[in-house]
Amino acid sequence: MDLTVREYQEGWESEIKSKLESQFSGKVTVTKTETRRVYAQVDRSVSKAVCQYLHDELSFEHCATVIGVDLGEAEQKMQVVYHIDNYTLYKGVVVELTVDVPYDDLHIETVSDIWGGANWHERETWELFGIVFDNHPRLERLLTPDTYEFFPFRKSYKLRGSQ
Amino acid sequence: MDMSLYPHAVAMSADEFMSWSTALINDLISSGTRRTVDKLTGPIWSWAMKNSMHPLHWGLACCALEMAQASAPRFDAERYGMIYRSSPRQTDILLVNGWISKKIRNDIRRLWEEMPGPKWAVAMGECAISGGPWYDAYNCIQGLDQIIPVDLYIPGCPARPDAMIDGFMLLQKKIDEYFKRGVILKDRQGL
Repeated sequence: MDLTVREYQEGWESEIKSKLESQFSGKVTVTKTETRRVYAQVDRSVSKAVCQYLHDELSFEHCATVIGVDLGEAEQKMQVVYHIDNYTLYKGVVVELTVDVPYDDLHIETVSDIWGGANWHERETWELFGIVFDNHPRLERLLTPDTYEFFPFRKSYKLRGSQ
Repeated sequence: MDMSLYPHAVAMSADEFMSWSTALINDLISSGTRRTVDKLTGPIWSWAMKNSMHPLHWGLACCALEMAQASAPRFDAERYGMIYRSSPRQTDILLVNGWISKKIRNDIRRLWEEMPGPKWAVAMGECAISGGPWYDAYNCIQGLDQIIPVDLYIPGCPARPDAMIDGFMLLQKKIDEYFKRGVILKDRQGL
């Protein structure tokens, strides 16, 4: 892969969009594109493969964050959101991947072997939302005390003041 | 040297030493010596202590920046003898500035126990006073006084350096009052 740094050009977003959608037809839906931003909804079964593809083929070197979103009882699902940056081939473009995870099966494949930095992001997402990242090398609590048996960022977690 | 003349000096366990010294102090107290000693030495202790307040150099959160600012040239808290020491063994004021997460609770208590008495605790900023913005948070202690006895509260979010200096000048008065009460020979077990 040619890793020369390219300056931003119009149309990179639609290029990435068509590459993603043709590579994973039916599994990836690019919901929106803006300047330097691509937003994609990804099926859980291919989330790891999409990340691998972004890293290997499109030279997205940096996983800026992995976060969770709890959509509440009505939707019965959570989301895992990845922000993935590029410094060379598509310099300045950020791809935001959103993966739906249902309440009754809070599992998703880890990407910490693709981007080492995702390791702590995934641990934090696990301790706050309880989303299990399969094959993670060390899925333990990162910042909250080890004795916690609840996931404080879930909608179902209530504080005293809001009872 | 005939050591039998000094039976306590040969081998005295910590418990023996405590009972021996307590008996000695009780003798002094009952004979009225205590008041005299306190009256004579109290002002000296007070003068020394309040003009060389050594807080623990321990910044938890954003109030620590105000703490740094207070000792920088513009405010120069060292005029009042505030020198930050990095070891709890060398300090007499525990200045807690910032949110107290549940993970650091044990360490604060331990730092407090490690400090030699007489000692004072200062809660600086909203978080250390009552939890502040972290009221009812899943991860924060609701105020320093949940863990250790607090002598002084410095309000502010964060407290300005002048508020902090004002607070420490109040603490000087408190230190003065403390030694005026006559505490040199008091049993300081609880401290």
